[in-house]
Amino acid sequence: MNENIKIATRQSYGEELAKLGEENKQIVVLDADLSTATKTELFAKKFPDRFINVGIAEQNLMGIAAGLSSFGKIPYASTFAVFAAGRAYEQIRNSIAYPKLNVKICATHAGITVGEDGATHQMLEDLGLMRSLPNMTVMCTSDDIQTKWAVREISKINGPVYLRLCRLATPVIYDTSSKFEIGKAVQIGEGTDAAILATGVTVSEAIKAKEILKEKGIDVRVIDFHTIKPIDRKMIIKCAKETNRIITVEDHSIIGGLGSSVCEVLSGEYPVKVERMGIVDTFGESGKADELMRKYKIDSTAIVEKILELDK
Amino acid sequence: MKITNVEALKRIAIEVRKGIIEAVYSAKSGHPGGALSCADILTVLYFNQMNIDEKKPDDPNRDRLILSKGHASAALYSVLAEKGYFSKEELKNFRKLESKLQGHPDMKKLPGVDMTTGSLGQGLSAGVGMAIASKMDKAGCKIYCILGDGEIEEGQVWEALMAASKNNLDNLCVILDNNNLQIDGEIDKVGGMNNITEKFLSFGFNVVNINGHNMDEIIDAITTAKQTKGKPTIIIAKTIKGKGVSFMENKASWHGKAPSKEEYELAIEELNKEMLED
Repeated sequence: MNENIKIATRQSYGEELAKLGEENKQIVVLDADLSTATKTELFAKKFPDRFINVGIAEQNLMGIAAGLSSFGKIPYASTFAVFAAGRAYEQIRNSIAYPKLNVKICATHAGITVGEDGATHQMLEDLGLMRSLPNMTVMCTSDDIQTKWAVREISKINGPVYLRLCRLATPVIYDTSSKFEIGKAVQIGEGTDAAILATGVTVSEAIKAKEILKEKGIDVRVIDFHTIKPIDRKMIIKCAKETNRIITVEDHSIIGGLGSSVCEVLSGEYPVKVERMGIVDTFGESGKADELMRKYKIDSTAIVEKILELDK
Repeated sequence: MKITNVEALKRIAIEVRKGIIEAVYSAKSGHPGGALSCADILTVLYFNQMNIDEKKPDDPNRDRLILSKGHASAALYSVLAEKGYFSKEELKNFRKLESKLQGHPDMKKLPGVDMTTGSLGQGLSAGVGMAIASKMDKAGCKIYCILGDGEIEEGQVWEALMAASKNNLDNLCVILDNNNLQIDGEIDKVGGMNNITEKFLSFGFNVVNINGHNMDEIIDAITTAKQTKGKPTIIIAKTIKGKGVSFMENKASWHGKAPSKEEYELAIEELNKEMLED
């Protein structure tokens, strides 16, 4: 992990989408007046004829994407996560997920790390909402390299995808030779003292925590769940068996997201105690992203504290 | 095969209405009122106007029909059966377990259904997407979308109208089934929707007002829509909820209930009689 190079996954999304647009002419991009923030502007500048700005009308955004996909287009529909998974939830449900249409919902500005905009814009329930929809693949990528892979990879799936992206610039974790597969979590380290299961912006925090703990003689592994649905059951059970200590960390409510997914698997197949770290059934607030991660206990310091506490 | 004879179209519409009654009666549930009100419009579209082939329901270059008021599914199913997409016997499976004829149209279950609908307010957005896609591909497809007049209380409809106008979608023809009744009563009293012609005009649409049960007027209006360049058309079709079955006409109570055996027999008898009179 290179902490000197930080890139927000929304930026990686915009850059890769503009590249992908050259190779796949069926790709069309839609935005709801946020193209400068979601970074779809990079595609829009190169391919104005394949870019549709619907204005501030997210319900319509999803419906238009559905219609385009029925003609064989591969629409990437972007807006902030709260307006995609939140405001347009029922449009996604009935016009996209139920008919299993090939729409890629790429939602940026997810989580408390949105920062200063505060609670109204900090989407903390989207993973729960989206993964409860049949037919939906749900992803939440952790760095630049992985996001670029995902943007490309989801164009090959015939069906709806929700890709959760973030505003905060985070360290580059992987190198260009890294290989990923949808539905297969990435294991970082072999430690058996605990397994830290993370997704999105918390993966780099978990890796930082791993380094700090190593100095204290505690050897943990980090698992990057870039795919929330289908969840990598094998990896969850393997970690439970090998470490017997599972900690989940996410920039999302502890209700409905990664932590819940992990508990659902373990409770049925290999019950062990799970510590869920995330936003504990509350709305967020304004502040800097790092301050919020600290206060709401989803940063590396909080992870280290949690593991030391469990060790007592 | 295109039917141009208006009397022949009228006879088909009566058959479509009989199919609606059969389907709703078999299901012991459904929405006969709003299905009967758009039966003539659907008949003209499928038998006189749309570029479709029931043998090639997936032809990418076909015209599309989105029944945004998806609760009128019995009307769509009946017209599709009449057109030969599937057997008319299938109408008896309407709303039953394992049926292709779901309560609301399902594009993945039934060939001939171009968009899954049912949750009001969503169909026109899909229509806008289809119209844009057709223009991108220079496919020349016409996209038709039937809205209910109660349905236009949904805000998403106006988002979609705005987008249709902005994108100059002259390949999009919206048809408003203006039967003036919704579940809880009259349109202007329940939701407060009024001055609809002015509203559509101000959204940049070509607006055509017609009697939605007059075959000639429906044909002329759709022809006008096809000829109008640079902007989308909306046809405000004045209709009668429950049209064709005397005791169902203009009654909100027939929005969502099935006829009893006696009512069913009476309805079929009335429609058969109308067929003979024609």
